[in-house]
Amino acid sequence: MSAITCKELNFYYGNFHALKGVNLNVSEKRITALIGPSGCGKSTLLRVFNRMNDLIIGSRAAGDVKIFGEQILGDGVELTGLRKRVGMVFQRPNPFPLSVFENVAYGPRIHGLKRGGGLERTVRECLESVGLWNDLKDHLKENALSLSGEQQQRLCIARTVATRPDILLMDEPCSALDPQATARIEELMQDLKSNYTILIVTHNMQQAARVSDDCGFMLMGELVEFGDTNRIFTAPADKRTEDYITGRYG
Amino acid sequence: MSRISPKITEKIAKLFLWSAAIFTIGALIFVISFVLAGGLKHISWAFLTQPILDMGREGGILPAIVGTIFMVFVAIGIAAPLGVASAIYLAEYTREGKVTQAIRFGINCLAGVPSIIFGLFGFILFVVMLGFGWSILSGGLSLSAMILPTVIRTAEEALRAVPASYRDVAASLGATRWQVVTRSVLPYALPGILTGVILGIGRSIEETAVVIFTAGSAVQMPTSLFDSSRTMAVHFYILAREGISNDMAYATAAVLIITILVINVSAYTMMHRLTKGRRA
Repeated sequence: MSAITCKELNFYYGNFHALKGVNLNVSEKRITALIGPSGCGKSTLLRVFNRMNDLIIGSRAAGDVKIFGEQILGDGVELTGLRKRVGMVFQRPNPFPLSVFENVAYGPRIHGLKRGGGLERTVRECLESVGLWNDLKDHLKENALSLSGEQQQRLCIARTVATRPDILLMDEPCSALDPQATARIEELMQDLKSNYTILIVTHNMQQAARVSDDCGFMLMGELVEFGDTNRIFTAPADKRTEDYITGRYG
Repeated sequence: MSRISPKITEKIAKLFLWSAAIFTIGALIFVISFVLAGGLKHISWAFLTQPILDMGREGGILPAIVGTIFMVFVAIGIAAPLGVASAIYLAEYTREGKVTQAIRFGINCLAGVPSIIFGLFGFILFVVMLGFGWSILSGGLSLSAMILPTVIRTAEEALRAVPASYRDVAASLGATRWQVVTRSVLPYALPGILTGVILGIGRSIEETAVVIFTAGSAVQMPTSLFDSSRTMAVHFYILAREGISNDMAYATAAVLIITILVINVSAYTMMHRLTKGRRA
């Protein structure tokens, strides 16, 4: 089933036409990567799916975007519910300056879960699912900012999955991490794939090749080519895709 | 003409900046010690707990202390919630545009208005038109109008200093605007907001013009918000200005300064405890 379907999506920042007629189908419980040079619109596209672009003054989306069959563009959409279902992991590890526990508990708390009502269990499960529980179970009260960069990013992923989303949007989640940490986060993504549909934006082509099942190449606001990752990297149909993955620009 | 060497410029700059800092601190220490030297010896338990007798020549300043506390409570009780709410609206709930520019321009103008104008405003509005008379209520309301711009400006700056990523993350987790503000912005802006509130308390305590116009200068112990009362600052002003008693004036000024010091120190200590482990 398609987790995200996107038809003739156009997006504008004021007069700037940032996304041009994007058509896209993101399959459920797979990892889909969006690649392309800086400014091609891949982050903008990602942020359409949880309506984070709404926070930017003068931005406007037109077209048809459905998450599991539900239209998410337009005024009537309840953004809090949408964002609970479509979680986001940001480029820089950005835990709140709170304890490890409170970081993970943040989402469940705003959606009404209380201590004693399963909050402790949720926090534990989420920390387990990102491989932090064993390291941090005795440090739940410690400030999250005292963790390493990789641990912080894992914690941010735990914080995101704590609202029980269906889809995880990841905006260059490893760009602030070293290669070893990157490799381990990529492993984690493979583990998470069985429960979540993951859409990752990356400017690192090797990462896209390693981690994703499907891959889309974007250039100047257009989705140039989309398909199976192996096919895109071995037999790109479009000359521009080929030029990009062979390193001719970008 | 040869250029002055950068090393010498550096030395001159250092010396100049150092003396500026020393001069500022020196002036402050001089004023405080001058007042304390003149006043401390006249402060006693009786001075703090007795009524004002013979227009302030005899007795103590208890009614003025009580009047000060009441008036500052009224002023802060109104200005803090109103000011912080306005700041939240400006910083979090509205987008920059003509309206916010107009509001901000108004706030900046208000911040520059001399306090005596607020006194006149309070006299006309609260004392006469609303019929509160010369009272703690009129005085507190007028003081709150006076300190409102300070509270709003500092609170807005404090809110804007909170990293944007906190708001983004909270929103991305499905928080409503109000949840974002109360859970991910206010806790981190609290120290800055409190600084503004403390500034407001300080300005209320030391204000004379507004209080004389709106609360009068009764020497009796106030028993309700509708009683006229004098604050310590007004008491000091009258004692000194009308040549009633220099010793009593100094003693009142000393109590005033110590009060402000105590409020500042305790407020910052409290703030430090409050924000422990929450600082980014």
